[in-house]
Amino acid sequence: MLQTIRERKGLQLLGLMLPGGFWLILFFALPLTLIFAISFMSRDDLSRPALPLTLANYQQTFDPLYINLFLFSVGLSLLTTLITLVIAFPVALFMARLPKRWRNIMTLLVMIPFWTNFLVRTYALQFLMRANGPINTLLLSLGLTDEPLQMLSTPFAVLIGLVYGELPFMILPLYTSLEKFDWSMIEAAQDLGADALRTLARVMLPLTAPGILAGSILVFVPSVGSYITVELMGGGKINMIGRVIAQQFGQSSNWPFGSAISLLLMIVVTVAALIYFRVGRGERAAL
Amino acid sequence: MSSDTSTIVVMGEREEIFPQEPAERQRIRPGRLALVTITLLTFAFLYAPIIILVVFSFNDARTGAVWQGFTLDWYARLFRNERLLDAALRSLIVAVVSTAGSVVIGTLTALAMERYRFRSKTFWDGLLYMPVIVPEIVAGVSLLLFFATAGVERGFLTLAVSHIAFSMPFVYLTVRARLADFDLSIEEAAKDLGADEWVTFRRITLPLLMPGIVSGALLAFTLSVDDFIISFFVTGKGWDTLPIYIWSALKRGVTPEVNAVSAMLLVFSATLVVASLILQRRHSY
Repeated sequence: MLQTIRERKGLQLLGLMLPGGFWLILFFALPLTLIFAISFMSRDDLSRPALPLTLANYQQTFDPLYINLFLFSVGLSLLTTLITLVIAFPVALFMARLPKRWRNIMTLLVMIPFWTNFLVRTYALQFLMRANGPINTLLLSLGLTDEPLQMLSTPFAVLIGLVYGELPFMILPLYTSLEKFDWSMIEAAQDLGADALRTLARVMLPLTAPGILAGSILVFVPSVGSYITVELMGGGKINMIGRVIAQQFGQSSNWPFGSAISLLLMIVVTVAALIYFRVGRGERAAL
Repeated sequence: MSSDTSTIVVMGEREEIFPQEPAERQRIRPGRLALVTITLLTFAFLYAPIIILVVFSFNDARTGAVWQGFTLDWYARLFRNERLLDAALRSLIVAVVSTAGSVVIGTLTALAMERYRFRSKTFWDGLLYMPVIVPEIVAGVSLLLFFATAGVERGFLTLAVSHIAFSMPFVYLTVRARLADFDLSIEEAAKDLGADEWVTFRRITLPLLMPGIVSGALLAFTLSVDDFIISFFVTGKGWDTLPIYIWSALKRGVTPEVNAVSAMLLVFSATLVVASLILQRRHSY
């Protein structure tokens, strides 16, 4: 009797888990494994991936050109993470202390850019900052400048684009952890004589660390692999890892080299994720 | 909790508790003002580009950003642009099919992960979070490699299959969140009253899960309609979706039509998101 129930449970579980498991393995895990395999291959005359196996693709990534590219991408993404954190923290703090009705409205206002079309949002920013765009038109008509400001096609433009695109992904997790925050802790700290800065550094930041970490991962990962932002805001003059990968799978048609760079990007992202889980666990253990 | 009172900022609490301390009060006010200012500026930064784009999609000028008067001409042109209409139709077809697929698969997976105990659970948990960690561009090129290696012709099928792969985990998360709050005694009551497992599922579990499922479906639909990067790599001849059409139009140069179609897409997905969120909130336990 118990045996049959257990068997039936097992069959049910198999039926429920099979489609999802199949899909994730076949269209997620397997393709990623394929990247690993192809990164060790060379190319035939038609520039298709072919044997023999080689390390040449990885040797090529040690070219100073690509090392600098990696450093630039990681650096710009870290800067993006830091800037979004500095902007989002006070916003989330403000939102978390609002009356419930206003909190819901503000959450909705963050959720809309969180979910709506990233390409179109980035284009909207690019449109605003174009040489003949609304900002320059306004500046010229006010006589604040004689010729249009060149705002696009600079690293700064890409940074603005990344901050603009990723900001909602920092606000939301911060807000979620601040909303659950026990505010009597602040009173306790202040009653014990801590000033505002000390309260922030010693009480608020450690207790909201899970939200800060989650937001940082949600911002850093898409930034370091970004393609749309660097393409639209960089105007073809700024290069980042994501754009190089796209090029290798597009015009350059060098899939093995593109795979090698993709794999290195995955390593960067995995390191970030590991730090996230490490620090995250440490925080929980400390509590 | 005290957060529903009129005090807004952390230090505001202090103001209430010790209103007689003037020195304290003077230090508090600028803090609150700063928070309000930063928040307002941030929301202006998030929304200004979108609003300006929508406004200029009604501008009666071929180029430039000088306001020349109101026109609906660019929108009228959209509906005469066959290539764009075709792309929009393809986006809709892919979104409907992939939403149906990811809703079924995501719901089944949520049931398995929430209701059963099994050894490989941690592994699947990790795998289901992968789409958050793997950069879209890597997911896109890996699928391209996969389909090319397997010799599958790229087009509708590869689009639908890939869209299910990236939107299914979101349906899974939404449905699982709802399952986690589920009151199991309702199911037990149904069974005590003589309903078998299938009837209990169909008449009790599924209706109660519906808000979660519909809200997950709306998200999956939005993700599919909006997706550019993965679609860009897995699509084939004759299967350009709307975001791919917009992308190639942008590469050719900005036109008022692009502004108009972008504005429409923004309003469309914003509506779906709001609907999904309202549904989640209204039906929360």
